[in-house]
Amino acid sequence: MRSSTELSFQREPHIAVMKLRSRVPDTDGLLIRDAVRSDSPILVALDQEVTGLVKRKYWRESFARLGSRRPPRRFILVAENQGHIDGFIVGEIRAWEFGEPPCGWVFAIQVRPKVRLQNIATQLFEALCDRFRRAGITKVRTLMARDNHLVLSFFRSQGMMAGPFIELEMALD
Amino acid sequence: MKLQKASSFALYAVLELAAYPDQPLSGTEIADKYGISAHHLAKVLRDLGRAGIVEAARGVNGGYRLAANPKRLTLFDIIQIFEPIRGRNVVSHLRTATDAERALQAVLDELDDHTLATFRSITISTMLKWMARGSWTSTAARRAAAQR
Repeated sequence: MRSSTELSFQREPHIAVMKLRSRVPDTDGLLIRDAVRSDSPILVALDQEVTGLVKRKYWRESFARLGSRRPPRRFILVAENQGHIDGFIVGEIRAWEFGEPPCGWVFAIQVRPKVRLQNIATQLFEALCDRFRRAGITKVRTLMARDNHLVLSFFRSQGMMAGPFIELEMALD
Repeated sequence: MKLQKASSFALYAVLELAAYPDQPLSGTEIADKYGISAHHLAKVLRDLGRAGIVEAARGVNGGYRLAANPKRLTLFDIIQIFEPIRGRNVVSHLRTATDAERALQAVLDELDDHTLATFRSITISTMLKWMARGSWTSTAARRAAAQR
């Protein structure tokens, strides 16, 4: 059974969008920081704990894509509590895809099931939005499965509403 | 899309009760605020009570309180008490349906899926946050305003 703030991305996306307003995240002792490569095994394990999937290649490529651009355009942030990583968020600034000006995208967000309902996901989201704001971005978007009501509910509680896009798909036979 | 009156009245009532958790509100107070029929609202409140969403408050002044958790209670939970959210099927019998009927049903099913996902994902707590921020303008409306 899913808890009230389970956060994982699946297929069949539903697009949510939000304008970025200035807000200072309340960390409450939790450290939100940029992930480093040595965090990769922990993130693989946390991802597996939530989704049941082992995605070593995905995380290897995610760190490789962080790159050294300044200012940075891709972000992997972790929520660390007393040395333990309890959550992560992955996002990127994308420009002119689907005909849209540069905006921030949230690709993935997860929090360890045992420590949910403690505002960790909100703090991760706020921290990523802050990174986007510092890069001059004024809009954040995300995609999620239409039947993932809990994740949809989370992003809606952050102020996101349905965006102007429709995701279409087709099987390739 | 349009909601039936009962659904709208129910949402207004629940939002009012959620906004004032420490004091019971009477049906008349809510009806007066929204300019709606107190008689109709009374029926709606009875149905909400049967569903466990509101409860009658005891005491001299009476009234109603929200019984459900506003952080878990969704628009779907309320609306589905009063009307079906999935539309009627175009195709009544799959075996004899024409291609046109099946294709149209697929389109209608897609719309219903989006509607369900939207209603299921918005809690009463989120609605109150949006109301406090004034952030209820749809994306389409914002774009239209920007283009004017």
